[in-house]
Amino acid sequence: MLDKTIAKVLFIDLTKRSFWVEVREELFNKYLGGAGVAINLLSEECPQGADPLGPNNVIVFAVGPLVNMFPMASKTAAFFKSPLTGNLGESYCGGRSAVALRSAGYGAIVIKGASETPVYIAVHGDNVHFRDAATYWGMRSTHGVGRIIRENEEGAGVRTIMRIGGAGEKLVRYSMVVTETYRHFGRLGLGAVFGSKKLKALVISGKKTFPVVNKTEYRKIYKEIYDKEVKSPLLQKYHELGTASNILVLNELGGLPTKNLKSTSFDAGENISGELLAEFYLGRRTACAHCPVACIHLATLREPYEDESYFYKTTWVSYDYEPLFSLGSMLGISNTQGVLKLMHEVELLGFDAMSVGVVLAWVTEAMETGLISTKETLDLKFSWGDYNAYIKAIKHIMNQPNEFYTYLAKGVEAAALKYGGLDFALAFGGNEMPGYHTGPAAIINHLTGARHSHLDSGGYSLDQKVLAKKVEMEFTPEKIAEKLFEEEAWRQVLSSLIVCFFARGVYTEDVVIKALNTMGYNFTENELKNIGSEMLKLKQKFKLREGFKPENLKIPKRALETTTPHGKIDEEIIREAVKAYFKKVQE
Amino acid sequence: MVKRLSVVDVDRCVGCQVCMFACSRRFSIGGLGKTTIHIKSAGGFEKGFVVVVCRACINPPCAKVCPTDALEFREGGGVVLKREKCIGCGNCADACPVGAIFWDEEINKPAVCVYCGLCADFCPYDVIALEEI
Repeated sequence: MLDKTIAKVLFIDLTKRSFWVEVREELFNKYLGGAGVAINLLSEECPQGADPLGPNNVIVFAVGPLVNMFPMASKTAAFFKSPLTGNLGESYCGGRSAVALRSAGYGAIVIKGASETPVYIAVHGDNVHFRDAATYWGMRSTHGVGRIIRENEEGAGVRTIMRIGGAGEKLVRYSMVVTETYRHFGRLGLGAVFGSKKLKALVISGKKTFPVVNKTEYRKIYKEIYDKEVKSPLLQKYHELGTASNILVLNELGGLPTKNLKSTSFDAGENISGELLAEFYLGRRTACAHCPVACIHLATLREPYEDESYFYKTTWVSYDYEPLFSLGSMLGISNTQGVLKLMHEVELLGFDAMSVGVVLAWVTEAMETGLISTKETLDLKFSWGDYNAYIKAIKHIMNQPNEFYTYLAKGVEAAALKYGGLDFALAFGGNEMPGYHTGPAAIINHLTGARHSHLDSGGYSLDQKVLAKKVEMEFTPEKIAEKLFEEEAWRQVLSSLIVCFFARGVYTEDVVIKALNTMGYNFTENELKNIGSEMLKLKQKFKLREGFKPENLKIPKRALETTTPHGKIDEEIIREAVKAYFKKVQE
Repeated sequence: MVKRLSVVDVDRCVGCQVCMFACSRRFSIGGLGKTTIHIKSAGGFEKGFVVVVCRACINPPCAKVCPTDALEFREGGGVVLKREKCIGCGNCADACPVGAIFWDEEINKPAVCVYCGLCADFCPYDVIALEEI
């Protein structure tokens, strides 16, 4: 590597209020950055068996060598022990987080210990400040705290402001960390880990520059990548309608989880479609730093106050496919404004939109089947589509006024273990399901993926490609497992650079090698693939260390009962594929 | 003819900052430390964005306060920085009413637009353009 700042790891100890820098060239040389480096730092720093919400848990943020150098390398990896699953916590976020972290002159930041009193950290280049956050603690709205910190800190335009809302403070196991108001470290409960450390926010900014080996070559390759990005039809789709364009596609295919996955097509799909939202609500599109695609879609929601005529408020709501599924079709909400209102509340309080939607879907069915009553719900009545009840419910999940809501705050599996209804508690490996019921590959992906995310190995995509005959393969358990493992291994490389997965078609093996060459890294395709596979194995190893047992993976019965575009899925096929996948992990 | 950057339509700006990276890249480096164009939100992403770039003023305030004449008047508007004369006092940055004199911390001297238009070449949404004054 030519630039040595990438190898700098900033350690911050909240217990001692101290910080120091360690240079880990060997780590960054071998594993590039991002996921590859973060899994190593997490394994080193987080003691085995640590309480995810105790001071021994650590938070690792890492970026990679392509960040600040090439467009769409705009993601930060967050690694921690997940309070939701009890093993690997891994989440990614764009916004300005990655550009800011690397500009501050680091490749990674490790946050250890816990503060006794609320605190927020400001990292401005070489300076690290521990700021009193007593005044901010108790501010439930992620928007509010962001606005105040924005006014008090330097670095406008080139900083990231990561913060938590009420859900994170109250340790909801699937609370998120928000950056730049509309981007998130959404999954697996990073918000609660922040909350447990009394860490309200982390601000990062800096102005470092980064050299290249061959100047002409750098500019040439940059231009090639940039041109591909602005001309790609796929990326054009993300710019125009955004990820929400998938609602109608999945609905027509019969893969859109609806009403707690009782069905996979939503009769009001049109109402939550990217097309309808763009036509009537889209107010602005924005971008992560260094990304020409600008996939962030903000809807404007204009609402009258009921107590005074001609008194309106306009709210901006960031929408994407996933929250439209989890807070729309999954809850049977056909009222577009209702979905937007719920989505906005979820964002303000700081929940993972996917998890909280799946929890609410389970609650609705549990009430329908009589497992719970208004006694547990504190008089709230849940029925499909009643968004007002859901808006009230998420405040209860945040505040946890009784035992029932305390269980809901632990995740759908914990709630179902207590109250029943495990067959329709839609979690895989303890993580609430994403918005794809497309076939066997999706289910196998949810079970085997290191973070139980659809983005681990893209099973939903494989299902669709096989269906459309874009990929010719024997759709057997072994072949699916092999394909998913291979895909997940390569994605570790992208997650170490760190490139947005939307650009995975641009950053092919040869492009990655050329881009890395300009910064003095010389990898062959085989070498990259091998370290990808090694990183994936390290992640699975961490999970096993923390008690994850593949043989104990539960498959919610509902996922097998409800038909997919590939028909109903046979449990045997899934079990065999899971076995085959973990055999590959052991190799 | 003398050229300068013009903000054609700020409402088209998505805040991607690709222009800022393009500006820094005129030195064939990565990062934002040498950029002379700046994009920030107008108080939250939902409010839209602000483009800060040199307007190439006639009789520019930045040059008028330079104690060493390091900022020379450019014929037709704008300035040219003579780095070897600059003592890094920062008067110019303080004097620019739109904040378009940036600071290169690596050399402790101002970073000033050279009106090359590289930023506009890399603006995906036609927010800015190089135009004749």
